[in-house]
Amino acid sequence: MAKQHVTTSINGNATEFLCDTHQTLLEVLRDELYMTGTKEGCGTGDCGACTVNVNGRMMCSCLMLGAEAQGKSITTIEGIANGEKLHLLQKKFIEHAALQCGICTPGMIVAAKTLLDNNKNPTEEQVRYWLAGNLCRCTGYNQIIEAVMDAAKELRGA
Amino acid sequence: MSAVVTEKKLKVVGTRPDRPEGVPKVTGTAQYGADWNLPGMLWGKILRSPHAHARIRKIDTSKALKLPGVKAIITGADFPEQKFDYVGAARVALNFWHITRNIMAREKVLFEGHPLAAVAATTPAVAAEALKLIEVDYEVLPHVIDVDEAMKPDAPLLFEDMIPRGYQPEATQPSNISKRVDFKLGDVDAAFATADEVVEASFRTAPVHQGYIEPHACLVRTDADGQAECWSSSQGHFAVRNLTAKIVGMKVGDLRCHAAEIGGAFGGKTVVYVEPVAVLLSKKSGHPVKIMMTREEVFKATGPTSGASMTIKIGVMRDGKIVAAEGIFKYQAGAFPGSPVMNGCMCSFAPYDIANVRTTGYDVVCNRPKTVAYRAPGSPISAFAAESTLDLAARKIGMDPVQFRLKNIAKPGTPTVFGTKLNFNGFAETLQALQKHPGYTAPLGKNQGRGVAAGYWFNGAGESSAVVSANEDGTVVVATGSPDIGGSRASTAQMAAETLGIPYEAVRPIIADTNSVGFTQTTGGSRVTFATGMTVINACNKVIAEMCVRAAKIWKIEPENVVWEDGSARPAGKRAGEFPPLSFREIASKRTATGGPISASATMNAEGQAPGFTAQFCDVEVDPETGHVKILRFVAAQDVGRAIHPSYCEGQINGGVVQGIGWALNEEYIYDKQGHLENPGFLDYRMPVASDLPKIEPILVEVPNPNHPYGVKGVAEANIVPPMAAVANAIHMATGKRLTDLPMSPPKVLAAIDATG
Ligand code: FES
Ligand code: FES
Repeated sequence: MAKQHVTTSINGNATEFLCDTHQTLLEVLRDELYMTGTKEGCGTGDCGACTVNVNGRMMCSCLMLGAEAQGKSITTIEGIANGEKLHLLQKKFIEHAALQCGICTPGMIVAAKTLLDNNKNPTEEQVRYWLAGNLCRCTGYNQIIEAVMDAAKELRGA
Repeated sequence: MSAVVTEKKLKVVGTRPDRPEGVPKVTGTAQYGADWNLPGMLWGKILRSPHAHARIRKIDTSKALKLPGVKAIITGADFPEQKFDYVGAARVALNFWHITRNIMAREKVLFEGHPLAAVAATTPAVAAEALKLIEVDYEVLPHVIDVDEAMKPDAPLLFEDMIPRGYQPEATQPSNISKRVDFKLGDVDAAFATADEVVEASFRTAPVHQGYIEPHACLVRTDADGQAECWSSSQGHFAVRNLTAKIVGMKVGDLRCHAAEIGGAFGGKTVVYVEPVAVLLSKKSGHPVKIMMTREEVFKATGPTSGASMTIKIGVMRDGKIVAAEGIFKYQAGAFPGSPVMNGCMCSFAPYDIANVRTTGYDVVCNRPKTVAYRAPGSPISAFAAESTLDLAARKIGMDPVQFRLKNIAKPGTPTVFGTKLNFNGFAETLQALQKHPGYTAPLGKNQGRGVAAGYWFNGAGESSAVVSANEDGTVVVATGSPDIGGSRASTAQMAAETLGIPYEAVRPIIADTNSVGFTQTTGGSRVTFATGMTVINACNKVIAEMCVRAAKIWKIEPENVVWEDGSARPAGKRAGEFPPLSFREIASKRTATGGPISASATMNAEGQAPGFTAQFCDVEVDPETGHVKILRFVAAQDVGRAIHPSYCEGQINGGVVQGIGWALNEEYIYDKQGHLENPGFLDYRMPVASDLPKIEPILVEVPNPNHPYGVKGVAEANIVPPMAAVANAIHMATGKRLTDLPMSPPKVLAAIDATG
């Protein structure tokens, strides 16, 4: 079957790729563009490891076709830091020991950033519910929640 | 072994620096098992059995081979046969006749998901298509899933010629019981006769998966000269090398294994599944081959730990003294022998000083995936039964559950049911720390209850290797053979910095591949910070000795008149004060003039590990309408010996407790009548999410291990032992009903509440 030609923006860069019609955005990112920062934990929308931001909204890239990226603006974990300068969330994740194995971390950080982009002052409960689609098997979530709350606080300049 | 360094002298140990691999992990550049690619790489996929139990009459791959893009197909026939033999210590014995059949079925398939062929093709889609073209002729056989069913004399047999081991007199009839194990201390029957009260109860647990978020994945390349290289996510790349070489019939030295960053494991990545398959596909096709499991494959064909059926009997005096205890533990091994039932027998009563104990275990095969280690393998299962029954006993005599445990706590010198005496303090201190938590005496509301449980884990030691090399600018590379799952790069770097007297930031810890450092056992058993840590310290001490020799050369004095203090060489003895001290960096920068590179390696078969002990309480609220159990508070005290990095110790406790909460309330394998797993995904196999939980409250208890230079005991595992019983005990207090069957899901809790009596 002929491949589909897709024009999109990934992390602010105009990007073109060819993909099969059945390929998910996750597969395109990882297998065609070699952007392996976005992880696959389940492929069925149940773990959040593949979370990316599409036009400002949080998405499981395993549930979206590569072809659907046409004309969209996508942010992946590779686009969160500004060059060598880490995003505050990334710093806080390291500082609060909010990662152990780190496989959930890219998805967590993209999800948490989407939250903070929309809500500068979330309660702990809001953070817990916002991240409820992102599984972490290592940390028991304590330190992740602390990292996000602390980042939110600092972003508010509190 | 040096004495424990006193706390006030420590500068780096006990602090909370950033993890060395933190930035790659938060920016997405860390490379996990599935993140490696090579030019010309093929994709491997595995054909799996749709049946729980069937004889394989014929596998026909001819159609699949003709599909354009298919480069190689293998079946069990491509693997060399292995000798039927149990090798290694009883607790962890391996039988390669079984292992090779678990990787690729031969005569029979023994569980749904059992691999029986594999394809390498140019794209994942072609590989998937080829699997559909492989024709298998099965003779479907009756199957058995439940452990009690599997033990019955008329149960369908997985292995028609398997005679149970461990019976006196010897068993003669084939059975699904692979092995019986027995431990005895004192005169149990006589002691039960003297007890004021005897409580007895039976329990069941469901198998649960380790639930690591990263599915198994590997990339293998082979050369025409027979050499091969493998990148995979595992707890031990040396184990991957040795197991894979044996399974495919290669020389160990011909296979070079790299430790990819590992996306969680918890015991589940101590064995191999995909690596030997990828090696053979790569050899046959002449291309690099990558295999990634799907989540469904992970659920159907890897892990889990055993489900079990157990009975516990405890005899107590009215003053709270336990006089006798007995446990019968029947553990599902899955499709091949080797459940952790022996650990269950050994750990169940280990926290307590009980003069008369008998534990009996059965290792039972059934048509489920072969069980694999899961965090403190075996101990959480038997502890659920034992610690629930202890709660019943405490209730019977009307004693506070912490007080009851303190009264019976094991101390140095207490004999264990497995023959050795306990050598370490820490148990009582941990219980006391829990008791002092203000929440322990806080009032409870309606439908709320509080439950206490404790747990024991051996902790590990064993073989490790390390190389410590000084660079000319004073930085240091620490290379070990231990894959880092929970923060061991940080903890070993801290110990190296502390020992050398240099800043933490000057130490770069790496995990060297199997051709670059000596053999190192798998990361497991909470052994790395203890054993690999001690090996790194030894290598650092050799570097220090060399640094003193170099300083002596620079000063032109005798090396015995140089001492190492605070990261510097100083003249001492009759030379004291003759020269200003030379720092680590200054000596390192003069290496060329003083004798060349400064590097030392150390290898050890470490001993002297101390067991881990933990005591926990939780508060729950039970919804009488729905049976839903909400965890309101969870407090977990654990003796870690010394917390090298307190945040990472707390992280281990938090993670282990939450896995235990999932085990207690939600997680289970659900099979239909045909023996098909009905919930092979995260939607229906429900692990705890952030909104399910309160903030876990870890308490680090530090009673140093005198056998480790910094007092390390191990921290990763003991924490998962008590939660299931703690939750059940809390539910009992909240509802007056005893739940004995895991998971304690809403329908079961509701049924218990609604039951009369
Ligand atoms: S991989 Fe997309 S949600 Fe799990
Ligand atoms: S840190 Fe391992 S899954 Fe979250």
